[in-house]
This record gives sequence, C-alpha cells and structure tokens, in this order.
Amino acid sequence: MSKRKVYLDHNATTPLHPEVKKVMIEAMDAFGNPSSLHSFGRQARRLIDDARDKIGAFIGGKAEDIVFSGSGSEANNTVLNLLYCAARHCEAPHTKRHQIITSQIEHPCILEAAACLEERGIDVVYLPVHKTGKIDMDKYSSVISDKTALVTVMMANNEIGTIQDIKEIGRIAHKHGAMFHTDAIQAVGKIPVNVHELGVDYLSLSAHKIYGPKGVGALYVSPGVPFCPFIRGGHQERGRRAGTENTIGIAGFGKAIEMRVTEMGPEAKRLSSLKAKLKAGIEKNIPNIQFNGHPIDSLPGTLNVSFFGAEGEAILLYLDLEGIAVSTGSACASGSLDPSHVLIAAGLPAEEAHGSIRISMGRDNTEEDIGYTVEKIALVIDKIRKMSTVR
Amino acid sequence: MDNKFEWVYSEKVKDHFMHPRNVLTDEAAYNADGRGIVGNIKCGDEMVVAIKVDKKKNTIAECKWKTYGCASAIASTSILSEIVVGKTLDQAYHLTAKDIAKELGGLPEHKIHCSVLGHKALRAAIEDYYTRNGMTNKVEEEKAHIICQCMNVTDIEIEEAVLEGARTYLELQEHTKLGTVCGQCKDKAIQMLEEYKKKHFSK
Ligand code: FES
Repeated sequence: MSKRKVYLDHNATTPLHPEVKKVMIEAMDAFGNPSSLHSFGRQARRLIDDARDKIGAFIGGKAEDIVFSGSGSEANNTVLNLLYCAARHCEAPHTKRHQIITSQIEHPCILEAAACLEERGIDVVYLPVHKTGKIDMDKYSSVISDKTALVTVMMANNEIGTIQDIKEIGRIAHKHGAMFHTDAIQAVGKIPVNVHELGVDYLSLSAHKIYGPKGVGALYVSPGVPFCPFIRGGHQERGRRAGTENTIGIAGFGKAIEMRVTEMGPEAKRLSSLKAKLKAGIEKNIPNIQFNGHPIDSLPGTLNVSFFGAEGEAILLYLDLEGIAVSTGSACASGSLDPSHVLIAAGLPAEEAHGSIRISMGRDNTEEDIGYTVEKIALVIDKIRKMSTVR
Repeated sequence: MDNKFEWVYSEKVKDHFMHPRNVLTDEAAYNADGRGIVGNIKCGDEMVVAIKVDKKKNTIAECKWKTYGCASAIASTSILSEIVVGKTLDQAYHLTAKDIAKELGGLPEHKIHCSVLGHKALRAAIEDYYTRNGMTNKVEEEKAHIICQCMNVTDIEIEEAVLEGARTYLELQEHTKLGTVCGQCKDKAIQMLEEYKKKHFSK
C-alpha cells in the first residue's frame, strides 16, 4: 500500500527529530555511570550537564534549577506530593496550609495525585473553566486564601490547546503566600516560556512532546522553594531525584531543546497558518460542527472540533483506515464511555463531547497533508452521519 | 508500517465497520413491521433497529439499522442485521450479546456492551412488532426495562445483582457498571435496589 500517512497526534507524542536521534545514538557509547569519578563516568556526566545547561537556559532558569525525572507525569506528581511529604527523614510537612487549588481540566496525573492528597485530608479545589477553556478567575480569587499551600494550573491544555494567563494566576498565588506550579508540558517548545517572566516556583516539562525521546521529563525548581524528593535512595540530581540518570534520554532532551531554539518560532508561525487552513477547510466542507478551545490563546498546532451526530472513536478509526492519525478525548477506545473531562468542564453537552476529535500538528506536516485531511474528514463524517441515529 | 500493525479489532469487525450492511438510510420511507430504539447519544451510543416480518413463517424477513456509536457498535449492529434474517422471532429474540460477539470473531471485553446494545434494539423491535399485532402476552413475559441507558442495565439485571449480594448502590455499580457514565439513572436504580431488597430479603 502506498497510501498517504498523515500523523496529526503530536500532543500525544512526537517523532524523534533526526538531529536528536543522531545525538542519542552517539550517547549510547557513553555508557559510564554519571556518578562515577573515572573518565567513563565523567563522559556521561558531561552529556547530562550539557543538556541541563540547555534546558535551564531555554526556560530562563539556571542549570542547577533543573531536576530530571522519568516523565512529565513524575515531575507533576513530585510537586503535588512535596508539600505534604510525611516521610520520617523529611522535615515535613513543609506547610501548615492545607489547601491546593488546581483546575478541572488538568492532565490526569495532576488530578489523580490531587485526589490522592484529598484522601489524606488535604482540601483540593478544582477550578471551573469558561467555554474557551480559560480558568474562572473570579472563582479563583474567591477561594484562594492564606490556607492555600499550592496553586497548580497547566499552561496549555493538551486537548483543546487553550493557553492560561499563567503570569496572573501566579501573581495571585504569591499574593496569598502560596506556592505556584505550572504543568507546561504542552507549552515548552511550542510557545515562549520563561520562568522568571511567569513567576513560577515549579514548572514541569517533557522531552517527547518536542521531538525528544520518551521516558524523560524535568522539573524546574526555583531557588529556595521547598523541595522533597519523590524518589529516594541516591544522591543523584543533588539529592532531589534518586536513580541513575537516563544518560541517552537526557542527551536527547538537551538536543531537542537546542533544536527548539531556532525552530520553534518559524514552526509556530507555519502551524498557525496550517491550522487556519484546516479550520477553514472543515468549516467550508462540513456542516454542523463546532471548534472547541480558545479562538486566539491556543497552541498553534492544536485544533479540537466536534462533529454533531458522529461518534469520536468511529471518526478516529475511519480516519486511521485512510492513513490519518488523530485522537479523541472520549475514552471509548480505552474501555470507558466517559466523554473527555476537559470538554465537559468547558461546558460541552455530552453528545457533543462524544463526537470530538483532536488534531495536533507538528513540524513534518505540510499543506498537502491538511488538504488530504480535510477531504477525508468530510467523507468520513458524511459516511458516519448517514448511518447515525442523529442527523 | 501498514500491515505489520494489527487493527484493534478482528478482521470481521473491520470489514463490517468499513462496509456496513443494511443501513437504514431512509427511515421515513421504510415500512417497518417493528422498530426499536435503545441507548442515548448522551451516553455515546444510540441504535435504531427496524424489521420486516414474514408473517406466514413468523421469521425476520429484513433487518435494517442506524447507529450512533463507536466501531464495535457499528460492526455489531451490521452483523446482527445479517444473522437474524430467516430466524424466527423467537430465535432472534433470544440471541445473546455473546452470540453476536462470537460472529464478529470476538470483541475486547470492554466493548461487549456495544453488542449488547444492538441486540437490545432488536428485542425492542420484536416487542414493538408483537405489540402492534396484538400479541401483548408475548411482550409481557419477555420485556426487560432498561434502567441505565448508558451501560444498558435492565431491571432484571438489577434484580440478579441484588440476588447475588449487592446491597448498596456502590455494590450494585460493581456488579452492573450502572450509573458510571452520565449518572442520570442513579435515583431510579437506588429505588429499584430498595424494592428488590424488600422483595427478596425482608421478613
Ligand atoms: S443512564 Fe447514563 S449512567 Fe446510567
């Protein structure tokens, strides 16, 4: 089969950048344990330090503020747990405050970690969002107080692409003496992120969303803020995350960030225009649709759209048969029929949320890809609607 | 990368998904002898099944359908519309979800409810036929009422769950998965739970 393959699921993960792959292959020879003092160890250590420098600089922090982790989820979990770490050998808890504020549209790794703290008696407030996916700031201002230990709000949403006003959210958090974390996993490398400008205490990032490898994430920890390791048992990462460093992955992460320095700007521009084309194409060819997320403050490559009368998994699989990879927020494919918690939080009725797909573009996508996609989506939606009980 | 990676479902499911048979394209013009609708788009699945009956033989002469749902929902209604033709109403009524899944070459366990939905719509269509033709006695003995639209849980299943030991709403949910999607059925389910507890276990 010589059918066209169009990958439009970059918010799930991205292909390795060829330059990153090269660096990782080279790093495979640096097998020494980065903690060893001999030359083999020092060779591996160098690769890690180098990546740390690049990542720190990219987000406007210092190298020593970066703690590598096994994933973005681990970075997020680390932050949620650290304030209430009850380990004997920790001077915990770091705070007498007992409230966390987050949002209803966070990634499950935040929501589930928060739910776990709730069971331990911490009060968690899940902020509602407006139709565009922006945090309800009035509600936020009304619940935050000197009881709030931590505010954690994601910078850009993985499903609908909405970008939050992180600077303002952080300012309010600090005004009340709370710590502020942002899950910037979908943001770093796609839009400008500067930890000082944003005023964050903690920020999570991940390599595989920006053409780096899977299995490596990082946490930015602002100097002087509380910290408590999530994984213990070694002095790696200056005692902040035990475990022998993933040298190859980290080297790849560093290179991925380095490539972003030059590629991010032009790519964002290109993806924005592809997105506009995609949007216009869908609008022109398919009736009864709705775009979800914020019309302007949105990731350049992310488009979420609801097709009335067509179910998400069916759309996804028909498109897959045409070689096009998208994703759906409804979890039908994974065993539950729950529609996306993000779309529901944004006020979509369940029937519209079930019929939504997320199209997330990346560096390899071309105008031809978008033309092909529009053409196929129109056919697929028409086919599904013809046999649907809802027209 | 094309053929090396298996599709999530069986080839048979794929075939019926790609080429759905007997779709009811023009419902208004279709002169059905019986019509059933189950599910709810809010839950993510909704199906309509319409049948024509060979009145002499008491068999299903034609079966058409419409589905709002995922791939296995579409495929299972499609295959159902083929296998019921020629079966007596009684045989068709007593097809099980398992039978349909088997015809499809198997469905992942969490997708079985999609095939349940297809055959529930068929049952509703047969019941509709009975009702229209004055055979209400047949309906009475066979009718189960769906209480949870999303997960397709009937009063009979709730009763069974109670008999198997479910005493609280949570236990009922563990047994039946009812109320786990839109939650609309909760009040009704709790009421039935109490009724069945009373019926079977109060002195
Ligand atoms: S009717 Fe939706 S969960 Fe039961």
